[in-house]
Amino acid sequence: MASVAGTVPMEKSFYEEKGRHSGLLAWLLSTDHKRIGIMYLISMTTFFLVGVAIGVLMRLELISPGETIMGAQTYNSLFTLHGVIMIFLFIIPGIPAAFGNFFLPLQIGAKDVAFPRLNLLSYWLYLIGVTIALSSLFTGPGPADTGWTFYAPYSLRTGTNVTLAVLAAFVLGFSSILTGLNFITTMHRMRAPGMTFFKMPLFCWSLYATGWIQILATPILGITLALVMVERLIGVGVFDPVKGGDPVLYQHLFWIYSHPAVYIMVLPAMGVLTEIIPTFARRTIFGYKAIAFSSMAIAFVGYLVWGHHMFTSGISDTSRMAFSFLTFLVAIPSAIKVFNWLATLYKGSIDMQPPFLYGITFIILFSIGGLTGLILGSLATDIHVHDTYFVVAHFHYVMFGGTGFVFFAALHYLGPKMFGRMYNKKVAYIAWVFLFIGFNALYFTMFILGYKGMPRRYYDALPEFHTLHVIATVGSWILVTGIIIMFVNLYRGFRHGEKAGINPWGGTTLEWTVGTPPPLENFHEIPTVVHEPYYHPRNENEEEK
Amino acid sequence: MDHGAEFALEKHFDPIGARIGMWLFLFTELLLFGGLFLLYAIYLNKHPEDFHYASSQLNQFIGAMNTIILLTSSLTMALAVGAMHRHSRKLALFFLILTFLLAAGFLVNKYFEWGAKIHHGIYPGSEELLQHPQGEILFYGLYYTMTGLHGLHVVVGMVVMGFLFYFSVKKSHKAVSLQPHFLQPLLGKKLKLTDSKGTKIWESEEISDQISGVEVILKGKQPEDKFASNTVKFENAGLYWHLVDIIWIFLFPLFYLIAM
Repeated sequence: MASVAGTVPMEKSFYEEKGRHSGLLAWLLSTDHKRIGIMYLISMTTFFLVGVAIGVLMRLELISPGETIMGAQTYNSLFTLHGVIMIFLFIIPGIPAAFGNFFLPLQIGAKDVAFPRLNLLSYWLYLIGVTIALSSLFTGPGPADTGWTFYAPYSLRTGTNVTLAVLAAFVLGFSSILTGLNFITTMHRMRAPGMTFFKMPLFCWSLYATGWIQILATPILGITLALVMVERLIGVGVFDPVKGGDPVLYQHLFWIYSHPAVYIMVLPAMGVLTEIIPTFARRTIFGYKAIAFSSMAIAFVGYLVWGHHMFTSGISDTSRMAFSFLTFLVAIPSAIKVFNWLATLYKGSIDMQPPFLYGITFIILFSIGGLTGLILGSLATDIHVHDTYFVVAHFHYVMFGGTGFVFFAALHYLGPKMFGRMYNKKVAYIAWVFLFIGFNALYFTMFILGYKGMPRRYYDALPEFHTLHVIATVGSWILVTGIIIMFVNLYRGFRHGEKAGINPWGGTTLEWTVGTPPPLENFHEIPTVVHEPYYHPRNENEEEK
Repeated sequence: MDHGAEFALEKHFDPIGARIGMWLFLFTELLLFGGLFLLYAIYLNKHPEDFHYASSQLNQFIGAMNTIILLTSSLTMALAVGAMHRHSRKLALFFLILTFLLAAGFLVNKYFEWGAKIHHGIYPGSEELLQHPQGEILFYGLYYTMTGLHGLHVVVGMVVMGFLFYFSVKKSHKAVSLQPHFLQPLLGKKLKLTDSKGTKIWESEEISDQISGVEVILKGKQPEDKFASNTVKFENAGLYWHLVDIIWIFLFPLFYLIAM
């Protein structure tokens, strides 16, 4: 029988294939992992921009002493909303749901994920969670003002609409669990022939580690938030001191999930960076196994460090010392990754393209964030800077400077594959300059503010902090300028830019062997894998393979 | 039609994958209850006397009966799965219905048990309960939360059994479904049905771009692959049901037996 290649029009991308439904339904009812990935990407980017807007408003409030543009209560609701949106709607689904969905099957040589319908269900749950979160703003007694941590007993007592906000987080958690479950099964069952676990691209390894955290940590958050809900609705009493409950237990249960959750946020970013670095250094990754195992080590040790959020909550000295020690321990696998990336760059033939520039910014900013994390992990210094801007700065350095910048890098690196068109590279560099300057002006100032004693979550500041607050606010404007330039450039590029080739960056993994954008079934013939993922042939003749 | 094989919709039927997915889901369930067991352990440690007294106030007889009911339902569920493995669909359905009835019996017992307690004013947030010592408030708080969440799982299990029943009884099955992009090369051609000797049984119209899909529906006895996929569904539902059972095996002594 003749190869089917002659009869089926090959170059049709998944956008052009006509499915059973058309219009918006073609997206909302599609079980194609690529369409689901793009739906996630668009939804998350939207909420990211909303979260940014709220952040800018908060900074504006702090530009001058006293009430500037909003009162204390509004400010409380805004920082809660900023946290809930950025954490639950953007950064937790984040890279796995958008880029993982799109590229995991492509990278392991599969036609889809293991459970395509479950995948669509995850997205619907995400949408339902979003709807509930939004309705919590406009219904009932007003938006929640507890901070994204929903600490008891305040979350049990406040008159604001905590119940719905918590329900939203619960539903979103369920969506996250299903994504993790789906990815792990996919990697166990659907790798192309020849692709052993140790021939998988390292992005897949990071998704694998992330999947385990999603599965094993998220249920704890689910039950904790469910308890807050039943507490508010019928008054069960497990966290309410009046009824004998222990609010510190709430903090334990909350952080048993929420500390591993920061690795849900950052591990996939490390994975994307591990893809970007060998591509633009034009050489194989240094220490493949060390990077793969360090992902798993982060996932495992990350479980055991939650107590470092509670050094000042009144836990015993023994547990504080244990948690402090474990916190130092979890820095090791992160450092292993950083050293391996640097070793990969050493003697590489580096090509400073936009994705690479955004990517290596991670190394700088994440290192600052990580090292200040050690200051917070030490008991003596943590007592001093706990609940100050120092923590806020540390968190934004690892999350925004880390995951956020890699998210941008991924948009620049993988976006042309997803949308089939290239953006303006020059503008991408300009946007980066704004982002980098704005970011550091905004958040590095916060380190200083925190060190001097500015507490977090205050809508006003003492006069001695005024100058620094002005610098931070101006920094936020520069940062936002960068974000706007970058997104406008990407949007214009992906809509009207010139067509991108099959492999615009010289990547070596399987996703660069399929059409741009990929065809509906990804691979007309499932490839057989012989090389390790980052095999860069030394001369042109070898490139044939 | 020499491309026939190429156009058949690819089936992602992977029993091992389905089982892996189910086990991963069971891990999440264990951790969901794990948080509650952790709370129980801590509060028991804090208020041992109150827990002891409150536990003695529960109805051990109903608790024991429910344990027996649930254990038996696990047995019938296992028998249903076994029957599927031996290809006897009717027997499997019989055991499935039996399991469903036992689950319903469990819930009825639970209803009377909770009803009696609520009748005495013992429920979260009640005036009566707030007069009791803190340990008892916590005990009953956990009692209602944990058995309630478990009961919810029993209800979900029953819904799952309903779906299993539907899937196994269903007579017609979609065997082939050709999406529009598969039809493209067939434009202007006809589909023909022939028997083994090549005699034409049925022929379709010419395929034009008006046609948005072609489906082949089988009626009558379930085809083998459908049966196999139903067997996996039975196995996974069985795993879930045993989990519900196991959780109860821990809830029973923790709430009913610590005072005995």
